[in-house]
Amino acid sequence: MSAREEMLARISAAVGPGSTDSARPSPDPGQVSAGEPAADSAARYRTRGQLSGPELLDLLAGRLTDYRALVHRATPVTLADEISAALRRRQARRVVVPPALRLPLPEFVTATADTPPVLSAAELDAFDGVITRAAVAIAETGTIVLDGSPDQGRRAISLVPDYHLCVVEARQVVHLVPEAVERLSAGRPLTWISGPSATSDIELERVEGVHGPRTLEVVLVSA
Amino acid sequence: MRTFLGLPAPRRSLPEPAYAPRGVGHLRASQEFPVAARRALSDTQLRRNLGKATATIRAKRAAVVGEVPDWEELRSAGQAIKAATMANLGGYLEQLEAAVTARGGTVHWARDAIEANNIVTRLVQAAGATEVVKVKSLATDEIGLNDALAAAGIAAYETDLAELIVQLGRDRPSHILVPAIHRNRTEIRDIFVAEMGDADPGLTDDPAALAEAARRHLRRKFLSATVGISGANFAVAETGTLCVVESEGNGRMCVTLPRTLITVMGIEKVIPRWSDLGVFLQLLPRSSTGERMNPYTSMWTGVTPGDGPQSVHLVLLDNGRTAALADPVGRAALHCIRCSACLNVCPVYERTGGHAYGSVYPGPIGAVLSPQLTGVEDNASLPYASSLCGACYQVCPVKIDIPALLVHLRARHVELQRSARRVPSAEAITMAAASWVMADPVRFAAAQAASRSGRLLGSRGKISALPPPLAAWTRARDAPVPPAQTFRQWWRSEHRDSDRDAQ
Repeated sequence: MSAREEMLARISAAVGPGSTDSARPSPDPGQVSAGEPAADSAARYRTRGQLSGPELLDLLAGRLTDYRALVHRATPVTLADEISAALRRRQARRVVVPPALRLPLPEFVTATADTPPVLSAAELDAFDGVITRAAVAIAETGTIVLDGSPDQGRRAISLVPDYHLCVVEARQVVHLVPEAVERLSAGRPLTWISGPSATSDIELERVEGVHGPRTLEVVLVSA
Repeated sequence: MRTFLGLPAPRRSLPEPAYAPRGVGHLRASQEFPVAARRALSDTQLRRNLGKATATIRAKRAAVVGEVPDWEELRSAGQAIKAATMANLGGYLEQLEAAVTARGGTVHWARDAIEANNIVTRLVQAAGATEVVKVKSLATDEIGLNDALAAAGIAAYETDLAELIVQLGRDRPSHILVPAIHRNRTEIRDIFVAEMGDADPGLTDDPAALAEAARRHLRRKFLSATVGISGANFAVAETGTLCVVESEGNGRMCVTLPRTLITVMGIEKVIPRWSDLGVFLQLLPRSSTGERMNPYTSMWTGVTPGDGPQSVHLVLLDNGRTAALADPVGRAALHCIRCSACLNVCPVYERTGGHAYGSVYPGPIGAVLSPQLTGVEDNASLPYASSLCGACYQVCPVKIDIPALLVHLRARHVELQRSARRVPSAEAITMAAASWVMADPVRFAAAQAASRSGRLLGSRGKISALPPPLAAWTRARDAPVPPAQTFRQWWRSEHRDSDRDAQ
């Protein structure tokens, strides 16, 4: 008997016969109805947030700041200035950007697009920083999520450089975690980011900055 | 109500439970808990470190749990999802396998630690690597993967800061979340300077400086590694998505930069639906690190062309889990999402630390999980390593009734002992005698009156040493001195008048 057959037989013996091929939930990801509580669960946890507009953005900004991210507010008009000011403060000259970032970058910055043949990890390590957009942001937890779209790029580019500047649009912000899960696509490689890299491994004292970008700067764009 | 007819119970023709094999991995203690605990309790530095750390994390958790208005609903949802998963575990695993395979990943099934170690070793060798980088993973620690890889000439580098501290210190993890919780900053600084090889001798014990030293030490490894090994916090059956929750970015490095990624996952980590993540990604971080969200969570589904590892493997591990599943009560221990909240609130864990439990799973959840994975006989003292105060149940994000499981396993242990020996144990005789005495009011009153002779043994309200065979009780605790008056005597003296009135 193969390991697979034997393990499935053990499970079947443990939880009763026939259970391995009964009540199979829909395997079609298109049928995924995110946000609903699990089958048989009477639980009614929140799947729709109450906040919207400025309150929602304020909550996101506050929660990001709580976890030591640097946060700036911008309008479509002031966005270029905010990006420029952030990069100038950081003294970032050479940055890597995803294949289709479509953001106004200042002249003092040399931006290298990560297009095939892609950059090696060692090459990424030599950049002053990375600029990306995001897929979704969660206000309640202060989280931004990248999904590898062309304006966010491969996972490696937002990981290896020590500085990450992320531009988030107001329409991308949701209140709650289940709302974010519903918006995201399981098929994409996802990175959920809540503040800069951190550890609490030494006496449970939070220290920002281990292996991921040690500085996370977020520009929040709303009209 | 069962009727005892005096006939031996018919043997049920179930297959022998497949426990985690002996001689491999880290599930069994070399010493019984009371012995190991006594040693830990005499280590004052350890107790100071643990007291400080657990108090800190308890306060953080309480604060972030308190701000969630639907926390109890989330706990109930988490519990319901896990129970539904266990009821159809085989189906979900097959679904997971199909989804991962459809996205270009390869799924392997491992009956036990030995088989899992062999699979991983073969995969690393096939990738032509002699070094691997690892994300903190309890499953790989459980099966002793690093030892197996070392035996095959493969160096495994732990990249989580706490795991690095443990590995460099040739130590064992003592906490699910913070494996080096038993070390304070000065001890960690000394380990780094002595063992890292590239640490600055002038390194201070400032946690930020220590984190910086770890960053520099591991950077080169990350950028050159060709094989990464991880565990998984969740695996979504309907989509084939694997999820790793972490803080430092070492996890992102390990699951993103190498060409080959091997994930070892206990079969109980599967969750049915994508939307279930909306529950668990709220429950886990707040219960675990006491944060609204952990800094980094990575999710990947098979192979993504052009992004991350192009050779992706998933090893599904049994190693005693199906044996736990076979116990309809005990299987709730498989619901655990490894947050470690129960460790931090446990008055026993807080004083003894994790090493005393002798398993990679310490604390209250370890006391109910380890004996089920190994068979109760192999970790017989663990179900007793608790005062049954119930704090663990209150904080558990998936509402595992750990105190009830502890009592259940104690009963199983007693049953096993009874069936294994011909002569009844002292405890069994005592219980039978107590049952006979308590069944009759006259006998009970006589026994109570007799118990007052115990007053001769004690002073200041307590007895510190009882004669054998009762000495086992007072070895670790005091027994109260029996009162001068029994309750019935007191009642009679207080209520003479009313008794008369009633008549």
